[in-house]
Amino acid sequence: MEIIVCIKQVPDTTEVKIDPEKGTLIRDGVPSIVNPFDEYAVEAALRLKAEKGGKVTVITMGPPQAVEALRKCIAMGADEAVLVSDRAFAGSDTWSTSYTLAKAISSLGKFDLILCGKQAIDGDTAQVGPGIAEHLKISQITYVQKVFGIQDNTVAAERGVESGYELIESPLPVLMTIDKSCCVPRLPSMMGTVKALKKEIKTLTVNDINLEPGLFGMEGSPTRVKRTFTPQPRKGGRMITGEMHEALDELVKTLRDEKIV
Amino acid sequence: MNFSYTPEQEAVKGMMEEFVAKEVTPYAAQWDKEEKFPWDTVRKMGELGIFGTALPEAYGGSGLDAICHAIVAEELGKGCSSLRGIYSVQISLVAKTIAAFGTEEQKQKYLPGLAAGTLFGCFGLTEPNSGSDAASMLSTAVEDGDSYILNGNKMWITNAGIADVAVIYAKTDKNAGPKGITAFLVDRGLPGFSTKDIHGKLGLKASNTAEIIMDNVRVPKTNVLGSVGKGFAIAMSTLDNGRYTVAAGCVGSAQAALDYAKKYAKERNQFGKPIAAHQLVQQLIADMAVDIECGRLLVYKAGHMKNLGQKSTKEVCMAKYYCSEMVNRVAYKAVQVFGGYGFSDEYPVERIFRDARINTLYEGTSQIQQLIIGNFELGMSAFV
Repeated sequence: MEIIVCIKQVPDTTEVKIDPEKGTLIRDGVPSIVNPFDEYAVEAALRLKAEKGGKVTVITMGPPQAVEALRKCIAMGADEAVLVSDRAFAGSDTWSTSYTLAKAISSLGKFDLILCGKQAIDGDTAQVGPGIAEHLKISQITYVQKVFGIQDNTVAAERGVESGYELIESPLPVLMTIDKSCCVPRLPSMMGTVKALKKEIKTLTVNDINLEPGLFGMEGSPTRVKRTFTPQPRKGGRMITGEMHEALDELVKTLRDEKIV
Repeated sequence: MNFSYTPEQEAVKGMMEEFVAKEVTPYAAQWDKEEKFPWDTVRKMGELGIFGTALPEAYGGSGLDAICHAIVAEELGKGCSSLRGIYSVQISLVAKTIAAFGTEEQKQKYLPGLAAGTLFGCFGLTEPNSGSDAASMLSTAVEDGDSYILNGNKMWITNAGIADVAVIYAKTDKNAGPKGITAFLVDRGLPGFSTKDIHGKLGLKASNTAEIIMDNVRVPKTNVLGSVGKGFAIAMSTLDNGRYTVAAGCVGSAQAALDYAKKYAKERNQFGKPIAAHQLVQQLIADMAVDIECGRLLVYKAGHMKNLGQKSTKEVCMAKYYCSEMVNRVAYKAVQVFGGYGFSDEYPVERIFRDARINTLYEGTSQIQQLIIGNFELGMSAFV
């Protein structure tokens, strides 16, 4: 069983602030982490490997420092790690990112399963996983809450939808995006942490992947961000205090005056 | 001179920070309140190889250096001093002692389990009437064929109630003073060996502290640790390791107290501004920060010497003496920053304050550390 897990290094959003004038994230001094949803995908992959054997390869597209995120996944127990990194990929949107990752995954050889987190906590698009499946022309199961297992080359999973859940079976290869309720990611072990430091991480540049000109990087990205802004924080409401019956009268009067009721 | 962590030390720190943030800090107050030994977390520490950090790879450890060992203690100390104590005893006082003085058979028998957290150890030196004056112990070991018969009581023994093996010090020659003491590896379950948990402690409520009672315990001679009559030297060498992680744990606890105090000082408003903006609060914070940094540097200096294979008894005593007093000063000031709220268990500084107190008492009181340091400085022993 060859399992690929796509991960992303993201800023720890609990520490991110937004520059109110530029509308951009202030990333200086903010620690980077593995996108939390991707850790669920790594965990799901490690569990499937424990059941079926095989190899778990984590892959990410990003700047050279994204190697740290890959090392974290090795420390958790992944076998191999691949960094897709080149200045030519700068400015990629979700379309060209998923195209580039799909091509990079193809260049690695045969795979049975691709797992992604359901979305990244910085962009929150949830588009790259499905995009990879489309580019590779394989099936996809998004928002997976439970993986029942693999039998006869078919995976069975439970997929969350707004009205409940769906039970889906799909022949391999398939791409699944993993939701939080799927499992609890393990913490890295001491031995894994030491092993990860020594692990050689393969880097793929634009020359190592069979990409069509004009379909990657800024040039291959149809998305144009015209403006970003921070919504005005909601102002505190008005407290009506005093005796209960008087406060209630005041509340009703206010609601009527404002023509809410 | 280089004050930076190596990539390995950095990675261990990151791993431990995550472990403590997710598995320790959120539960420490509850363990303390319920006086509950944190079995689940301790087992996880074993599974994740945390106990094995600084043990040899050949026996299931990761073979990491003394600074990594200190980092583990420091980070555990940030979350829960009881847990740090469990680690210190298991590794510094038991596993490292077996690694240093044990036979190959003893190492094979005990070290992999101690590293994996499937086997627990304790260290029995102190007795009801023998603390700082360890050589005055009354426990005896009398040779009988291929065994020794052990009798006596050990007091204030961390982990004793849960330990599978105890390093016990007893007199094989009553007339030889310190040179008549021998160390034994005593397995729980041997007839005549029992423990009695001690309750009502001021702090470290989540760790197990117990009395060991030995009533004609027959211990095979193969379980002598080191050689007969060398027990006192082993104990002193062991304490060198133990004091090192106590000091590192103090740095972690003190850092946690400072971190809580800084956060609170920025949130709490008095006289129309955060108390952090008041000069006298800044003075408290600054004094805490400097005190912690001094302690941390003493610990890392001792660790650096250990890594170089140099004798570091004096430096470890300095670190243990300074850091154990320092964490009490820092915890006191942290409570001061919190004001009345710091006096309540609603905030963690109350627990840190209580947990800090033991550090100047166990593994050699501050006064014993002063006497050892004084002896090194003056070349004159003040011990009788």
